[in-house]
Amino acid sequence: MLMLKEPDHGTPAARSDRMVSVTVDGFAVSVPEGTSVMRAASLAGIQVPKLCATDSLDAFGSCRLCLVEIEGRAGTPASCTTPVVEGMVVTTQNDRLARLRRGVMELYISDHPLDCLTCAANGDCELQDMAGAVGLREVRYGMEGANHFDTAKDESNPYFAFDPAKCIVCSRCVRACEEVQGTFALTIEGRGFDSVVSPSMGESFLQSECVSCGACVQACPTATLIEKSVIEVGQPEHSIITTCAYCGVGCSFKAEMRGEEVIRMVPYKDGGANHGHSCVKGRFAWGYTTHRDRILKPMVRERITDPWRETTWEEAIGRVADGFRRIQREYGVGAIGGITSSRCTNEETFLMQKLVRAGFGNNNIDTCARVCHSPTGYGLSTTFGTSAGTQNFDSVEHADVVVVMGANPTDAHPVFASQLKRRLRAGAKLIVIDPRRIDLVRMPHVEAAFHLALRPGTNVAMLNALAHVIVTEGLVDEPFVRERCDGEAFADWAAFVAEPRNSPEAVAPLTGVPAELIRGAARLYATGGNGAIYYGLGVTEHTQGTTAVIAIANLAMATGNIGRPGVGVNPMRGQNNVQGSCDMGSFPHEFSGYRHVANPEVRGIFEREWGLSLDPEPGLRIPNMLDAAIDGSFKGLYIQGEDIAQSDPDTRHIIAGLSAMELVVVQDLFLNETANYAHVFLPGSTFLEKDGTFINAERRIGMVRRAVRPKGGMADWEITLAIAHALGCDWHYSHPSEIMDEIARTTPTFAGVSFAKLDELGSIQWPCNDAAPTGTPVMHQDHFVRGKGNFVVTEFFPTDERTGPRFPLLLTTGRILTQYNVGAQTRRTDNTVWHGEDRLEVHPHDAEQRGIRDGDWVRLESRAGATSLRAQVTERVAPGVVYTTFHHPTTQANVVTTDYSDWATNCPEYKVTAVQVSRANGPTEWQESYRAHSETSRRILAAE
Amino acid sequence: MSADRLVTMANQIGLFFAHRGEQAPELIAKHIRQYWDPRMRSAMLAHFAEGGAGLDPLPRAAIELLTPRTTPRAEPSPTAPR
Repeated sequence: MLMLKEPDHGTPAARSDRMVSVTVDGFAVSVPEGTSVMRAASLAGIQVPKLCATDSLDAFGSCRLCLVEIEGRAGTPASCTTPVVEGMVVTTQNDRLARLRRGVMELYISDHPLDCLTCAANGDCELQDMAGAVGLREVRYGMEGANHFDTAKDESNPYFAFDPAKCIVCSRCVRACEEVQGTFALTIEGRGFDSVVSPSMGESFLQSECVSCGACVQACPTATLIEKSVIEVGQPEHSIITTCAYCGVGCSFKAEMRGEEVIRMVPYKDGGANHGHSCVKGRFAWGYTTHRDRILKPMVRERITDPWRETTWEEAIGRVADGFRRIQREYGVGAIGGITSSRCTNEETFLMQKLVRAGFGNNNIDTCARVCHSPTGYGLSTTFGTSAGTQNFDSVEHADVVVVMGANPTDAHPVFASQLKRRLRAGAKLIVIDPRRIDLVRMPHVEAAFHLALRPGTNVAMLNALAHVIVTEGLVDEPFVRERCDGEAFADWAAFVAEPRNSPEAVAPLTGVPAELIRGAARLYATGGNGAIYYGLGVTEHTQGTTAVIAIANLAMATGNIGRPGVGVNPMRGQNNVQGSCDMGSFPHEFSGYRHVANPEVRGIFEREWGLSLDPEPGLRIPNMLDAAIDGSFKGLYIQGEDIAQSDPDTRHIIAGLSAMELVVVQDLFLNETANYAHVFLPGSTFLEKDGTFINAERRIGMVRRAVRPKGGMADWEITLAIAHALGCDWHYSHPSEIMDEIARTTPTFAGVSFAKLDELGSIQWPCNDAAPTGTPVMHQDHFVRGKGNFVVTEFFPTDERTGPRFPLLLTTGRILTQYNVGAQTRRTDNTVWHGEDRLEVHPHDAEQRGIRDGDWVRLESRAGATSLRAQVTERVAPGVVYTTFHHPTTQANVVTTDYSDWATNCPEYKVTAVQVSRANGPTEWQESYRAHSETSRRILAAE
Repeated sequence: MSADRLVTMANQIGLFFAHRGEQAPELIAKHIRQYWDPRMRSAMLAHFAEGGAGLDPLPRAAIELLTPRTTPRAEPSPTAPR
């Protein structure tokens, strides 16, 4: 294995169809118009010395090292800022240029500590490379002049250090923060020799606006900005390309290794989703993979009140198989089921659902998408014909109007947010529909044209009002609708939304958004050019989540914003493989590829492949499993990589369901909250410990490659396979690629996918088959998957969860940049520096009424339960609305959320809970007793 | 399965399809057939047989169209030990 170092052509690729031919040092090269001389030379195989240039950033022209001579032009222009023109003749090396470059390098080196032998860069230093490239042999100025050698280091950031003594003020970090990340946290402070890189207004990195994405570290040509892991351990010696295991952006990374130790995760330049960018989680927060809390041995216990006992894999697997078979004998075939994980690979998920359908003999399989994007599946299948986002991420570069609804990309999908912000800085307009003032509403160089700060629970009313404006003001793209959509369905829908009760004026009192804002936003979306909608769980996690997804699809079809780059309907998937887990047949009514179990033709494909008959009836969904457990008809559950006791709503109900079961098997990295109610614990493996694939929010299948051996001894797919064998299933897989081959054989949208093709292409967006052998970046281009686009009437019905005198505020929940979902991973990293506890955001008006000050403990109470946490008084939320995250089990935010759920999918209504907030002295009795119970539940007896 | 919960779910489904007029009962019934586990349907049918308290008219009409599970459940993997 080798250390992969991607080529750096110095300046970004030009986008032009016109080619220009030039000669560099006697070699002819043809490049797109707009290409820099530096890049043209590089493409011809000639490296011009450079320091301030790198091809992830626009040319800057400050270091004066890349000077060249151009025939017919005076002087020595910088090759990075000079575009090629037809017939140009360039010289990159001669005595004059060499003298100039050496002179420049002498100046740089005269203010650079010559500690190369002990420097952590240890050869990974462009300054050192350039000193060699220009033939520097002496520094005539000596090292005694004015310098920056004694400038203090900034080691405040937990992941990287900043040593200004090594800085050459090339501005690459500042430009990376601006151009790549879009945060503008860094600047060059001072003039001339006093110029220094400065986070914010002379603050430390930790205190500044820096979001720790790592772009500056990556851009730094010296060891000025460098990962602390490199300082502590040393430079990596080989790298493995893999896919991040955090959010649904699915960034490609190089796991840079030293033996079996990860030194750093570096975003991969050729990554289709991230193009070399990253966020604080993927780039730095991988410490959980080696955290001491990881459970590395299987464990069993008779009762959930007993301590755990470490045991062998044989005993643990045997207990699982024997236990499940006993339950089926005593209570029936349908008394057990499984939950797949959106953090595991497609191959693992496919195997899990196969285990349930073929091994358990029922369809009681579900996945965590139940509580996030299941309404997307139903909504987009109903309208477009398939359950996935329509675009690739790069499509946003062609968008003119972007609608972000119920999503917070800068926190939850940060790398896509950077791409979106770039487009917004270039002039695209933004409409934010969200009860909360998310960062995108107003941040450096980005300001939303409209922020429709609606009351939680009124999404469908808002979407109908937007549609009303589009239909009644003649803004429908009639040719598109006529050609691409079902005319009768459109007519019904148009008549419905045109009714006066759906007008902005009629819904304004409901939504709390002035009618003129709704009208303005609708007109902008319909007439502003390419309109793209991005939505998140603020849309789906409602009793009308599915209706809202359908309403979004209706809007896109009515305005012709489907089927080409720059438009579309894009669900922002929360977890790394939530798209894949749905694609792989994790739902109780569907096989892989979203095909119903009742369809005999589809069932026949699997019955032939698996050699047995399959149940044609849908199985239980997660909330139904828990209901059935309480009722006594569901007794055993195999949970892979999912923590329903923390992540699912109405915690008391979840706990009652789990406690009622006779065999709960948890397969995870840590003893999570659900494991408190488990009888068998199987140690899972991290994404670094196995091969497989993830699928991101843009349907991109990316390779996950094993960098280290599974610390518990088995990868997750091997554990599932062992259970299948113990149950008597005659399955043979020696590698996950064979599972993908089975997926391809049985699933038409994956027919052309294989590990070999993924290795060849890097990644593939499904559908991938004979019709689209290299995948499909943009869907529904000529026709919808279902044929004609289907408009569906979306009547608004308010949720039954209402505010009143006892519970006058509305609680909504969400994520924060540095933490991830239930926090099992990120809480076990230094990301806790930024978010060590969940806090309740309260508007100053509501806080003052209740005598609450910033930082006070407050009691948050709903009809379902109560918890306590500390308050953060902020105008980010509107009066009447409070907000919190759910990353910390001690907060137990889901004790408060209710069991109301989406009408079509049972996706819980996390986003609307009527609550009261009052001052408190500390945690509630429930929190204290839960904490004590958790500690008791996690006792482990040492192996005999 | 709690009848109250199933009634709430059926009524929610009914609201979505209400605009389809005469087609609504069959569409509601189809949704329930496609997404509800047989034991949920059986529990609903049992509740319906006892009067179906709480059911709105359209879901009530839909439940009349439901039948208990007719297909036998597949047995666990034939190679599995019993």
